[in-house]
Amino acid sequence: MSLIATLARLEAVHSGRAQPGATVRHRHLSDRPLVFVPLTTAGEAGAPLGALVGADRRAPRLLAVPQPRDRDLRFAFLAELADVMLPYVDSFAGVVEAAERTDTDPETGKRVKVEVELCADAPQLIVPSRAGIEFVRLLGRSMRFRRTAEQDPEAPHPAPPRVPLLGRWLTHFGERARVPGSSLLLALSDVLAQHWTTGQSGLEDQHLGALLAWIAPPGGASGAEAALRAELERDAAGQLRCPPAGPATDPAFDNKLLAPAIERYDRARQALAAAEDGLTADDRLGALTTAERDVLALVETCALPTWEKVWDGLDLLRTLPEGAHVAERWTRDRWSFTGHRDRILAGEPPQPRRDDAVTAAGKLAAREREQARLDAQEALDDPLVMAGRRLAGEAFAGEVVDVVMAYGEGKRPSPRPLVTVRTEDRPHLAERAKVYRSLGGRPQSAQCVAEEEEGTLLVLRILDKMGRGKEPEAGSVPEKGDLVCFTLFEHEQRGGAKLPDPEQTPWTHGGPPGEESVPEAPDPVTEEDVL
Amino acid sequence: MPARALDARALAALAANPGCRRRALLDGAGVDKAALAGALGAPSAFGQSQFALTRGNAFEARVKADGGAELLRLVHQRLDPAAEPPERAGSPGLPGPPDLSAAGPEGRAERTALALREATAAGSWTLLDHPMLVLEVAGSPAFLEPDAVVVHPDGGWTVVEIKSFPMLDGSADAAKVGAAARQAAVYVLALERAAARLDPAPRVRHRVLLVCPKDFSNLPTASAVDVRKQRAVTARQLARLTRVQDIADALPDGTCFSPELPAEELTAAVEAVPAAYAPECLAACELAFHCRARSRAAGAVTALGRAARAELGGLSTVDDVLAAARGEAGDPDDPAVAALRRAARLRAEALAGHRPAGGPGDREALDEALTDGRQGAVCR
Repeated sequence: MSLIATLARLEAVHSGRAQPGATVRHRHLSDRPLVFVPLTTAGEAGAPLGALVGADRRAPRLLAVPQPRDRDLRFAFLAELADVMLPYVDSFAGVVEAAERTDTDPETGKRVKVEVELCADAPQLIVPSRAGIEFVRLLGRSMRFRRTAEQDPEAPHPAPPRVPLLGRWLTHFGERARVPGSSLLLALSDVLAQHWTTGQSGLEDQHLGALLAWIAPPGGASGAEAALRAELERDAAGQLRCPPAGPATDPAFDNKLLAPAIERYDRARQALAAAEDGLTADDRLGALTTAERDVLALVETCALPTWEKVWDGLDLLRTLPEGAHVAERWTRDRWSFTGHRDRILAGEPPQPRRDDAVTAAGKLAAREREQARLDAQEALDDPLVMAGRRLAGEAFAGEVVDVVMAYGEGKRPSPRPLVTVRTEDRPHLAERAKVYRSLGGRPQSAQCVAEEEEGTLLVLRILDKMGRGKEPEAGSVPEKGDLVCFTLFEHEQRGGAKLPDPEQTPWTHGGPPGEESVPEAPDPVTEEDVL
Repeated sequence: MPARALDARALAALAANPGCRRRALLDGAGVDKAALAGALGAPSAFGQSQFALTRGNAFEARVKADGGAELLRLVHQRLDPAAEPPERAGSPGLPGPPDLSAAGPEGRAERTALALREATAAGSWTLLDHPMLVLEVAGSPAFLEPDAVVVHPDGGWTVVEIKSFPMLDGSADAAKVGAAARQAAVYVLALERAAARLDPAPRVRHRVLLVCPKDFSNLPTASAVDVRKQRAVTARQLARLTRVQDIADALPDGTCFSPELPAEELTAAVEAVPAAYAPECLAACELAFHCRARSRAAGAVTALGRAARAELGGLSTVDDVLAAARGEAGDPDDPAVAALRRAARLRAEALAGHRPAGGPGDREALDEALTDGRQGAVCR
């Protein structure tokens, strides 16, 4: 946490309201996001209890598993989830625009431009919290290896084809969420905490209710009071008024409400199975339906407050203008979405349990590159982020006090003007360090040639983006009196060295993959499976 | 009120915040902190779901079924493959795990020590189910009950920790593994004390066995976890704990922490022991909400996180920091104050000219954004 952020927290404590943590919105928000509020059963690996899901705030789809330990009921839940999510994902897959991509020609080995399709927009999944992202990954992992009746007629519990398909999509969303700056799958509490700084610690910010209470406390209360109520207030029955954002539920909810309801459901089901004639069976079926509806209602009471909060949070984020580079990063998300769509269409197998060495190295390199890109872009888009970089000595801003025309020493004299900047910042400039500023959205580089008056006057030699002529193009050199901001970090990231093809994997990394890549086997079905 | 025994989780939490005298004293004295927190009007939010409890117990029972045959097989496979396989364990006609039942924790600890000595002398695979170990903490004994301890044929001892979070494709949640490792490190320390009383002292292995359900099933899988680092950290922190007796001596005579006392008296009693609150306490201490309220009321910067406190030099309260940042107080030559003023200037400059989102002036815009959307959802 930078000192500026710490200061903002203290101001928030003092004023009783969250303070701005950003002046623009750094993440893309879809016009039509799919909000997913999952709940899980405590102690079970990914045994879902239920969910609210949908793209319309006023009409969430309620899904629940009346007995989470029952495999068939869980599978029915996942199929229903696929019924809601896949049409949403598919609605983006069909709308495409033409785009160009550089590819290596397999025959000549040259880099050539190829015409490809790029989806005009991409789906966006919003979950309440970071734990929700983990849950999406877990669901994806549990579903993508499931076998359909067509693949394996002998499989004891065949899945409808949409279930493994959704598993692959959720895996892709979960994987993409690890790329810095991506917006395909967002945890709302993280995004809110980036844009508003509360008067509580980062750990406490992970409670969505408390976080929102600091940003927009209801009815004139102070943020601290409202957050405390959101964390702890319970009704007469001992239930939290603001249930946790999940997927884990409150133990008091589990023990006092959910467990008895699930037990009633179990009893009703046993009674139905034991019914001997049609008339009793009808009655008992009625009792079973009632018991099932009770569990459904409990899931709704637990998830609906979070559902509303997620949409509230999205509304709050929309009050901020979008950062200048957000659209560019969203285009990368669209490429990622289009790429996965194409892999599925091409009939490729689901993502493996473990990546091979080349894929893993590629993913890591991409994440590092995107992190550097994100850090640079957020600073350029947002003066408040830039202020943090300036405080850290990674950038400086000031007024141009002098411009002296000078020329390079090459054969053809090119302009290399010397610009003197007065700054109160204290950049950590090495001798002859390169610095960059944004000129019409593109980086212009300069070199620091001298520091005067204890570092408050910096003489910079502008190096590029001045055109081909002897005189610099108009507007390409700062003028006396201009306010400029230079960074010590580069604005655009260069790709690293190219990785070898999988067939060329060095022995240090496990060597080339085996002869024939065997498709991953599904998880074995055992009596004690919980998912 | 019956005294609450210190368990490994509490010790690990205590070791994570060794400066907290309040926790050291209350835990050392066996005070029920949950009841105390309730009486103070700041009840703790801890609780366990019966689903998790049932599942955890069922899994542990499964792992230890058949006299621990599966568990011994896992220890052999993951930790000691060179030793002879424990084929005899659990087979009919042979004795199962030694009986460790006895009256009271002291008795059980005695039984455990005896069983450990016998098993080590016998030189065969032996499983000790829920043994009782003793560790002296801050001058008073704490009784600890690991899930299991295994004695190897070479006489080495291994701590086994059984957890019900899944190991998915060979990896598990890092935070949960870390917590399990810290807990296991406490057992390793206690086991080392027991070993030191034997001659020759048996080796306590620093790699513990973490047993978890495999993927989405209820089948056990295991992984060796090296706890040398956690063991060293915990040992150092426990050694640093002020002796409970010394803390108690500093208290006024007649101090009592009975939850039956009126809230005011109780608050005063608790206040008499200094605490070191940090947000991490919320996940580890029943008294955290009380300490947080006091810490916030005092304007302590640490309530916002230890990192925040570390950046601010000698300034420890919210008002001090803000006054220094505004230039109303503080020595401008103090590097912390100078940095603070620079930060304040940069922040103000960045926000000037921008509509401050979330600031007081923007309250209406935010409220408006919220009321527009809220129309009540109807689930389908």
